[in-house]
Amino acid sequence: MISQLFFGYFAAVIIILSLLVVTRKNPVHSVMWMLLMFFHIAGMYLFLNAEFIAAIQVIVYAGAILVLFLFVVLLLNLREELQTNRFIGSWPAGLVIAASLLLSMIAALRSFVPGPSGPYTIALIEKETHTRVLGQVLYTEYLFPFEIASLILLVAIIGAIVLAKKKVRS
Amino acid sequence: MVPLTWYLMLSAVVFMIGVFGFLTRRNIIIMFLSVELMLNGVNISLVAFSHYLQDLRGQILVFFIITVAAAEAAIGLAIILALFRNKATIHVDEMNEMKG
Repeated sequence: MISQLFFGYFAAVIIILSLLVVTRKNPVHSVMWMLLMFFHIAGMYLFLNAEFIAAIQVIVYAGAILVLFLFVVLLLNLREELQTNRFIGSWPAGLVIAASLLLSMIAALRSFVPGPSGPYTIALIEKETHTRVLGQVLYTEYLFPFEIASLILLVAIIGAIVLAKKKVRS
Repeated sequence: MVPLTWYLMLSAVVFMIGVFGFLTRRNIIIMFLSVELMLNGVNISLVAFSHYLQDLRGQILVFFIITVAAAEAAIGLAIILALFRNKATIHVDEMNEMKG
């Protein structure tokens, strides 16, 4: 009962906040609601016994990505943007597409059958601690994808510098 | 105990709000935020699967998705800055030079 109550609170707040994100006119307000939503998603991860992922969500998403967004929004001068229309003229078409996709997804959920369970029970994770278990899987079974992720970050560093720097006129 | 399908429904709703925002807004920053919203919807379902199927692979996948999202945000915001420097607008309807 108490867990369903918690889930209801988190789900309701996440849905309301994500609706606020896509409907606010001022991008600064959208980013702020997004920040609050990321904290609620982190709370939901804690609820699902994923402490490390919750910490990463707060540090990387709320701490790094949204601050970057806020920097860019404040760097651009958006005075005239606030006078234009919020949605495109044919926004009901977008609503119909999203709603029909949602309905088909929920209809597909009814025939969902979960696969076989893996070895990582909650008791094992509590005994070994979550971060250690995750690190063991990451550095043995997923070592190659981990290296590729570092390459993606390198590309992002170089790409961001090349794209954002001013052209030098010689 | 909360059933798994509740989490999957929540994830589908968040994903579809992201789709709606991406299709109907023309402010490029809010379109970008909608993409992040979709990624978060997928992350919720992956962590829920990982918990209910007692398998850590879902959380590994979330780890990689967050990495890619960080890289995507850095490069995308750099592109937005470069566009704004050239066109002085973030309204995507006014960026139609490459239309055939």
